[in-house]
Amino acid sequence: MRYAKGAMLTPHLEFEGLAVPGMAEAAPPRLHEVATPRQARQPAPARGLSLQADDVGKSFGEREVLRAIDLRVEPGEFVAIVGRSGCGKSTLLRLVAGLETLSSGALRLDGAPLAQHREDIRFMFQDARLLPWKRVIDNIALGLTGQDARERAREALSQVGLADRANDWPAVLSGGQRQRVALARALVHAPRLLLLDEPLGALDALTRIEMQRLIESLWRRHGFTALLVTHDVSEAIALADRVLLIDEHRVALDQRVELARPRSRGNAQVAAIEEQVLQRVLHDPRAA
Amino acid sequence: MNQAVSIQGEAPAAGAKPATGAAGHSSLSANPLLQRLRAQALPWLVPAAVLLLWEAASRFGWLSTRVLPEPWAVATAFWSLSASGEMWHHVAVSTGRALSGFAIGGGLGLALGLLTGSLRSAETLLDSSLQMLRNIPPLALIPLVILWFGIDETAKLFLVSLGVFFPVYINTFHGIRNVDAGLIEMAKSYGLSGWALYRQVILPGALPSILVGVRFSLGLMWVVLIVAETISAQSGIGYMTMNAREFLQTDVVLVGILLYALLGKLADVLSRGLEHWWLRWHPAHQARAR
Repeated sequence: MRYAKGAMLTPHLEFEGLAVPGMAEAAPPRLHEVATPRQARQPAPARGLSLQADDVGKSFGEREVLRAIDLRVEPGEFVAIVGRSGCGKSTLLRLVAGLETLSSGALRLDGAPLAQHREDIRFMFQDARLLPWKRVIDNIALGLTGQDARERAREALSQVGLADRANDWPAVLSGGQRQRVALARALVHAPRLLLLDEPLGALDALTRIEMQRLIESLWRRHGFTALLVTHDVSEAIALADRVLLIDEHRVALDQRVELARPRSRGNAQVAAIEEQVLQRVLHDPRAA
Repeated sequence: MNQAVSIQGEAPAAGAKPATGAAGHSSLSANPLLQRLRAQALPWLVPAAVLLLWEAASRFGWLSTRVLPEPWAVATAFWSLSASGEMWHHVAVSTGRALSGFAIGGGLGLALGLLTGSLRSAETLLDSSLQMLRNIPPLALIPLVILWFGIDETAKLFLVSLGVFFPVYINTFHGIRNVDAGLIEMAKSYGLSGWALYRQVILPGALPSILVGVRFSLGLMWVVLIVAETISAQSGIGYMTMNAREFLQTDVVLVGILLYALLGKLADVLSRGLEHWWLRWHPAHQARAR
């Protein structure tokens, strides 16, 4: 192994407080931490995987979903993929996760084929997909090996602010709590690439904002590369370094978002970019 | 329009309410404990009345003991049979037959259900044959079974095993097939495969369905055993009742019937308990627990 997975999480134990929404701003920044995201990620430069897609295509039988997708994602970058429903954005994510097979082209992670990085990729589904017959803590420990599996699971759970729900059944949790557990389950594997397939799609507006902050803070903390599929353009702009729009089977727009974090929804620049992307989504090819 | 109807509809109800409300209120305030006791005793009123009527009918000679013995006689028969140890011997023999038949038939049903549920090739090879056999009632095989195995233990074991096999098999098969594909996909992408995937995801996912099969087959287990023991046996509850019939001991016959009822109920309670423990994660069971 390149690094000890358990060790990765340990320095962040004191970070528990951040999991509570609203606390993020209140917590004093630590010495090495500076306001801009790029610098903040520097403590762990090798964490994120780079992604390279060359001429990627995917068809289900006769139906073409993706055509000639070319894409570069830098290590540690947060990329959001937006598009209408059925545009193939989830399919692209599932291809990266290895849940679907490519019809054409190639996907490489840090220059190596997907199969070599299976352990470094974790996927968060739209529905939490917790095993209902395992308690929260055992759901997080799913697929972990070693003596300290439970201990690491407990740490991950406290990072999402649910340490006190360790022994509950998933059935008694709310939708937002289930997604938090699913997030902890993904993080406990110390992924270098986290794939998020509309994980907040089914949550109410307030819970969504809480979860967005949580995801952002954990991404800044751990420095993984993040690929987020969402149908919510404002969510994409609130979180991502880059927003990709997939339309008519291909990448129709690649928009950088160079704004300081955490971004507030009322911000005029955020609104301007949102408007720009929305125009493009609403089928005005000349707008971009 | 709607409003008018509802107002008219409410008027008589509102008028009637004070009368019943006052009556219920006075007794409730008089003694809430008595009220609760009455609510619990009420369901037993009809059975108790039937029992009393039956006892009276026997005492006054309206009911011949050849048709039905008096309840008291059944109770004393139960007592003397149990005191002599004869009844317990028969109960033990019957329970042993039932459980070993259940173990063989249920075990085979579980194993084959897991096999056909998990492997497509096993399904194409076996499932349609098993579905054909399923439509034969096990009791219809009795003449054949007697020819094959005679009338001793093997015949009873075979019949019980056959009876419990299909409910377990079918529910196991469907349980495995209906495990949420999303959960399997998730578990695979989190690095689970092979036996770990089977034990942590597929088996627990199929468990609710398997337990439904177990409960069905426990009911069938007694039905088949009763018939098998009634045809021919040298011991067991069925033997006891058939023997009693020869000597017109209707009280003993009734004791046998009661024993079957009690054992069947016991099996059901046990399987419910098992379900409650194994499926304690299930929302339905949590709701019941609260």
